[in-house]
This record gives sequence, structure tokens and C-alpha cells, in this order.
Amino acid sequence: MLEIRDIHSYYGKSHILHGVSLDLKEGELVCLLGRNGVGKSTTLKSIMGVVKPEQGSIRFHDRELVGLAPYEIARLGVGYVPEDRRIFRSLTVHENLLMGIKNGKKENIGEGGWTVERVYKLFPRLEERKNNKGSHLSGGEQQMLTVVRTLMGNPRVILVDEPTEGLAPLIVKDVLDMLATVRKSGVTVLMVEQNFKAAIKVADRYYIMSKGQIVFAGNTEELLAAEEIRKNYLEV
Amino acid sequence: MSDIPVFFLHGLAYAGLLFLVSAGLTLIFGMMNVLNFAHAAMYMLGAYLSYTIIMQLTGQFWMALILCPLILFVIGALIERFLLRRVHKYGHLGELLLTFGLAYIVTELVKWYWGNYPLAVNITGFLSGTITIFGFIYPIYRIFIFLCAVLVGGVMALILYKTRLGIILRASVNDSEMTNTLGVNVPLVLMGVFAFGTALSGFAGVIAGPLLSTFPGMAQEILIDAFVVIVVGGFGSLGGAIVASLLIGQLQSFGVLLIPKLSVALVYLLMAIVLVVKPSGLFGEEQ
Ligand SMILES: Nc1ncnc2c1ncn2[C@@H]1O[C@H](COP(=O)(O)OP(=O)(O)OP(=O)(O)O)[C@@H](O)[C@H]1O
Ligand SMILES: [Mg+2]
Repeated sequence: MLEIRDIHSYYGKSHILHGVSLDLKEGELVCLLGRNGVGKSTTLKSIMGVVKPEQGSIRFHDRELVGLAPYEIARLGVGYVPEDRRIFRSLTVHENLLMGIKNGKKENIGEGGWTVERVYKLFPRLEERKNNKGSHLSGGEQQMLTVVRTLMGNPRVILVDEPTEGLAPLIVKDVLDMLATVRKSGVTVLMVEQNFKAAIKVADRYYIMSKGQIVFAGNTEELLAAEEIRKNYLEV
Repeated sequence: MSDIPVFFLHGLAYAGLLFLVSAGLTLIFGMMNVLNFAHAAMYMLGAYLSYTIIMQLTGQFWMALILCPLILFVIGALIERFLLRRVHKYGHLGELLLTFGLAYIVTELVKWYWGNYPLAVNITGFLSGTITIFGFIYPIYRIFIFLCAVLVGGVMALILYKTRLGIILRASVNDSEMTNTLGVNVPLVLMGVFAFGTALSGFAGVIAGPLLSTFPGMAQEILIDAFVVIVVGGFGSLGGAIVASLLIGQLQSFGVLLIPKLSVALVYLLMAIVLVVKPSGLFGEEQ
């Protein structure tokens, strides 16, 4: 459903992505691994149009995404949950959720679609705090909120950047369970993660990045077998 | 001192005008991070356009009150779309230079077309009358100005806090990139905001005409007070603009009554005090 071919992205003059290619199939949960600063976030930003790739192509259900604005990409069904939990701090929890609904319409939310009611049923803690400012939530609650806010737009694929960063182990499990639930509901997930021990419990396939390039692609067994690669590109 | 109520009412009228000018300024700053130096020039353009519409074309004040904001809305939209958006990549300096240049061009064009002298805009009918209030005979027009400001402020607050558009606007102030990735056409929203802010300054210009008469220095005159309003109220804060307009309106009015020679300095004094005590302004968000 998402085919990324040989993209090159820059911040100003610094060349960050050197020909990244990766594929997502419908319904998969794929994990993008790699050390700090290798270009994982930049890859997600390039898909979302926040950073414009200067070369290469990104096809999503036969539509070319390179060159489109982020809001156009979002409207085609790509959801994005950035790192560092960008809650709208002066909006209430409820208003944050409403922001996720595209054009404010509830149209074409099929069976199993995400609605405010469903979110509140699943996360009673968010409902209890629905009239609080988003910035008053705990770290874990904020992370839940950013993910469900994006789900409110009922994307077909969701790009999640380090959802477990800085969370207590117990909450890490909650967040990963939640992403597994999201995948079960039929949404394809591309997740960036530093911690592969956490990722391995939920993901189907993995890519490892180093210095702006993909250096490994494979499933759980292959990743576990590729000790050398893990040593070189993951473990610190 | 028996005419204190009159000075109070004068203060309210000026506060109303000040709010109408500074509301657009602070909205544009809050949403787009642009300190729009052309804002007051647009206010002046609104006033001169209203002179032409009222005194030369239709004779109808109401006509100007509707047409001028519409014309300025279009001008604002064009400026955002074709100028401001292009210089955005050069950062604040680019935007500053652009709005500065626009202010200059508009001011010179106005002088060239309408002349470098004051033009009186006369209103007739109900608005030109007087009423008795607190035992004083008082011009209805000044009360009308205050009511216009209350109406505009109320509608803006309603939109900001009770509609989906308001949620989008407040979200964009927090994080416009995130708003964009959630499927909101942020560039279009920003164009609308700039156009609306410009229309509001034009509306204020129409209102100012009959009160202060139209003259080429009117932009400079209100620009300083309007900047003080958004500094004192807190950049980007609508509530702050309301409170600061009321404060400065009264300060200007009673300043003239009590210490005429220093009345201008009082405004700066207030700004200095606020900046020392709370640098982000009365209602500004701490960074
Ligand atoms: N806005 C920016 N401007 C300039 N350089 C940037 C910017 N954002 C990231 N970089 C640089 O681009 C490179 C890749 O950054 P990126 O955020 O994609 O890494 P990452 O793999 O997500 O790392 P992390 O695990 O730390 O989040 C880094 O060297 C970083 O310093
Ligand atoms: Mg990152």
C-alpha cells in the first residue's frame, strides 16, 4: 500500500536520507529501528510531506505523495504521530480529539472506525479529563492522546514516531498494546522505535537504518538471527 | 471635575476604536507570528475609502461600513497569498521589511490620490444625534463605536471558543505543523486570518473617519497605541487586547484631563510597568 523508493531528503544543505526504500503491506505493523540521529524521524517526516524529499518517489495506493502538502497527504489517509507528543497545550483533551477529525465530519467511518465515543470507552482516563487542558495530562496519557487524536481521522496507515520514549515500563506496555489493537482494527502501522526488545513483541517486520540508509529488512526470526547486524546497528 | 463621566465615556469610545484596530493586529501576530506594520496603513486606507463612498458616491455611512471591510478583506487575502507567503522563507526580517514597505506604499498612494490634508467625513441621521446620559448630552456616535467593538469582540470570542474553526485557529497558534498533518489546510486558514485582520482594520478606519476625521498621519497616530495595546495585553491574546484597550482608552482620556502635557507619556509608562512586572503582557503566555 505504501512504496517508498530511493528518497533523498535534506535539512538545508545537510543531506540526511541517502536513498531510503521501504514497503508497507496492508495490515502490517512494521518497525523502523536504528540509533540516534540516523534519519528515522526524517523518513516519517518525508512520507508526511513535512520534509520534502528532493528525489525519489512515495506511492500510496497508486498516488504519488512527493510534492503534496501535509494536509493533502493526511486527507488521503496517512496519519502521523510525531515524536515528543505534540499535544495542543491550550486546547482541552476533548478539543484535541476533535482536531483529529478530518473536516469535522463523521462521514465514511465504517465498521470499527474511530469516534470520540469509542476512544472514551477504551480510555476512561481521557474521558475523566476531557475538559482539562491537554498539557495537564501525564506523559503516558499524552502519548495515548496523540495516537488516538490521529486515529480520529481514520487513517489507513499510521506513522508513529517513538511512542514509548520516556515512558515507564508499565505504560510502555499499554502503548504497545494499543498499537497492536490499532493494527487489529485494520490500520497499517509504521512505527519508529529505539528499543527493539519492546518492538519485537508487536511487530511483523523490521527495517534497520544507519546513516540515512536502510541496512536491514526482515521479519522477527531474521532479525533475531542477524546478530552481527544488531550488534553493529542497534546495541549501544 | 464634574464632567468625569464624560471623560469616562470618551475613554470607552477610544477604547472601542483601539480594540477594533488591535484585535486584528494581535490575531495576525498570534496566528502567523507576523508583526504587521501595514495594519494601521490599512486602517487609514479604510478611512479614506469610506470618505469616497460616503462623501462622494453614496452618501451612506452604512454602505461604507459594509463595503470597506469587504474591499480590505480581498486586499488582505492577496497580500498574504502573493507577498507574505513568499517572503515567509526569509524569516521575520523578510516579513518585517515587507509589511514596512507596504505601509509606506499605501500611505504614499493615499496621499497621492486623496491629497495630503484632512478630509472630514460627516454622518447624518440617527448616528449624528445626541442622547442624555448621566445628565450629560452625549454624542450617540461615540457610544455606537463602543457598541461596535463589543459586538466584534463578542463575535470573535464566540468563534474562537465555540466553533470548530476556533479550535483549528487555537490549535494552529500552538503548533501549525501538527495542525497541518491532521488534515487542516493551514495555508488557507492563515490567508483567511490575514484577510480578516485586514478587513477589521478597514472597519475600524470607517468608524474612525467621523470621529477623528481622515488625515495622512492617522495611521501613525493609532499604530503606536495599538502596539502598546498588544504589548500590554500580551501578544496574540484577544482577552488581553480587550483589557488593554479599555485601560489605554481611559488613560488617554483622563490623561488629557489631569496632566495634559504628559498624557502621551502615560501610555508608555503603563507599557514600561507591565513589561517590568510581567514581560509577556497581562494575558500573554509565559514562554
Ligand atoms: N530540523 C532539523 N534541522 C537540521 N538538522 C536536523 C533537523 N532535524 C534533524 N536533523 C538532523 O538530521 C539527522 C537525522 O535526524 P532524525 O531526527 O531523522 O534522526 P532519528 O533517527 O529520528 O534520531 P532519534 O532517535 O534521536 O530521534 C540528525 O543528524 C539530526 O541532527
Ligand atoms: Mg527521531
